[in-house]
Amino acid sequence: MALDDSTMDQLLDTVRKFVRNRLVPLEEQVSMEDHMPAEVVQEMRELGLFGLTVPPEFGGLGLSTEEECRVVLELGYTSPVFRSVFGTNNGIGSQGLVIDGTDEQKAKYLPKMATGEIIGSFALTEPDAGSDAGSVTTTAVLDGDSYLLNGTKRYITNAPEAQLFTVFARTDPTTKGSKGVSAFLVDADLPGITLGKSNRKMGQQGGHVCDVIFDDCRVPRDAIIGGQANLNRGFLTAMKTLDRGRLHIAALAVGCSERLIEEALTYAMERKQFNQPIAEFQLVQAMLADSRTESYAGRTMVMDAAKRRDAGEPVTTLASCCKLFATEMVGRVADRAVQIHGGAGYMEEYPVARFYRDVRLFRIYEGTSQIQQTLIAKNMVRDAR
Amino acid sequence: MKVMVPVKRVVDYNVKVRVKPDGSGVDLNNVKMSVNPFCEIGIEEAVRLKEAGSATEVIAVAVGSTACQEQLRTCLALGADRAVLIETTDEVQPLGVARALAALQAKEEAGLVIFGKQSIDGDNCQTGQMFAALANMPQGTFASEVTIEGDKVKVIREVDGGLQTVQLSMPAVVSTDLRLNEPRYASLPNIMKAKKKPLDVHSPQDLGVDVAPTMEVLNVAPPAERAAGIIVDSVEALVDKLKNEAKVIS
Repeated sequence: MALDDSTMDQLLDTVRKFVRNRLVPLEEQVSMEDHMPAEVVQEMRELGLFGLTVPPEFGGLGLSTEEECRVVLELGYTSPVFRSVFGTNNGIGSQGLVIDGTDEQKAKYLPKMATGEIIGSFALTEPDAGSDAGSVTTTAVLDGDSYLLNGTKRYITNAPEAQLFTVFARTDPTTKGSKGVSAFLVDADLPGITLGKSNRKMGQQGGHVCDVIFDDCRVPRDAIIGGQANLNRGFLTAMKTLDRGRLHIAALAVGCSERLIEEALTYAMERKQFNQPIAEFQLVQAMLADSRTESYAGRTMVMDAAKRRDAGEPVTTLASCCKLFATEMVGRVADRAVQIHGGAGYMEEYPVARFYRDVRLFRIYEGTSQIQQTLIAKNMVRDAR
Repeated sequence: MKVMVPVKRVVDYNVKVRVKPDGSGVDLNNVKMSVNPFCEIGIEEAVRLKEAGSATEVIAVAVGSTACQEQLRTCLALGADRAVLIETTDEVQPLGVARALAALQAKEEAGLVIFGKQSIDGDNCQTGQMFAALANMPQGTFASEVTIEGDKVKVIREVDGGLQTVQLSMPAVVSTDLRLNEPRYASLPNIMKAKKKPLDVHSPQDLGVDVAPTMEVLNVAPPAERAAGIIVDSVEALVDKLKNEAKVIS
């Protein structure tokens, strides 16, 4: 559903106000205490942030890719840990369900995901299955009318807060690759699920990541996304969510770069050395100009690819281009922002040090930069044949 | 009980306003416009009265150009039930707005009309008071607390150096002060639903009122720029300058 301009403007304006007036002042506290205040999560629920991409018939906003990206650009202005609270519900946690779920599954989960009553968590990665995601060894063995899940999932974002896991497990033991893997909807309160200790992370404090261990966890037979018809087809479902998810992360990276540039510019105009603001020095100007240019390129790429996806074009290659460029770009921008701040940039008094750590993750999750490069080139060669 | 809330479209409070070079007014080209913050407090109060069961309907009203529909939609997203735009391309001033609103009130017969105490652009602090006089209604201005008690409304007013509590017979006029409430964020689903709520457009002629300006703005000037300071060599020199040049101490 495409929104008219004035409604979209108002939506963005509201998100912008919430981000700048409510979330930005909390950044430092959330990071220092490594804790997301419950009332902020509640305000996010009331605002409707959990249901951005859930279709309206299930109580969400049903935003198009372009609209979603524009909202995410605004969210990128603050610590990415806030977006992380409802990121899965809008991305990999719900989209597989939207695309491939049975009517019963959609009716059971989507309305609660849209309101944020259920927080979703995506459990794919394992100790030995990272970029080689198809090599998962967690098993799901049919036992009567249910499956028994066994295995360990690693670095699972939001696991301590989640009510619902999307778990990828091997249902065909005769296969080794992605072909014998199914995607399960697993309620977090089922017996046989234990959580590891929260990992101590480089950044994004306030969001939590840990191991999720399945030990004879019994899940109903119809817990496979799309039902038995989708047995051994979990990766096909996952693949369908990737393009949109990558554009989402790219938009987030661009949003963060815009904040970093604003911080760097403000500092450069205030900080005086040799009797003048450092923004007057050409070497500092070069860093500002490069950052602005690259950030603008990133924004333009994301908006273009998002529009193309909404128009029905295949955007797998473009989505990877956006994810690769935007996340690498924000790394450079964050580095320059710290450099412009000088010694102050190494201190926690200014937000750039925190952002520098936070944005490092973007180049790793939802497909590392190297995976994106490989994908882009493979697609180029394939298309040229 | 109906509650009517007049709202004004003003330059957003975050915008750094610039005066036109010819001094004829503020440059509004490409400037972000918003609901006047005091009016937004008025909407919030009205919506809270409805949520508490004291009000049955909240009507947001604006007087001005077609563009004011944008701000009325914001009010609908915040919880107003319907909106009315009294549309005119003329420049509107407090007296014209008060006249148009009084004519509308004669039709709507709202039990309570909640104004923002003043707009952050004109800073006149006149419209609510003029409206109360024209509509022959009692008024409780600069409210920091509003309580409905039967057919009366109790208003705690922020006055210099303290608080004054007054009781008004309804229909009555209230104008909001900053501390009355903290407006909510419109939820994103409500923003999308706002488009479906009714927004009626009237002309001043429909209502039989004349909103033509009665006052002419002669000049608008930005605050004078602060002159550069000087660094003095000693405390003695400072005291001397304060005494003999600035003449702020004797």
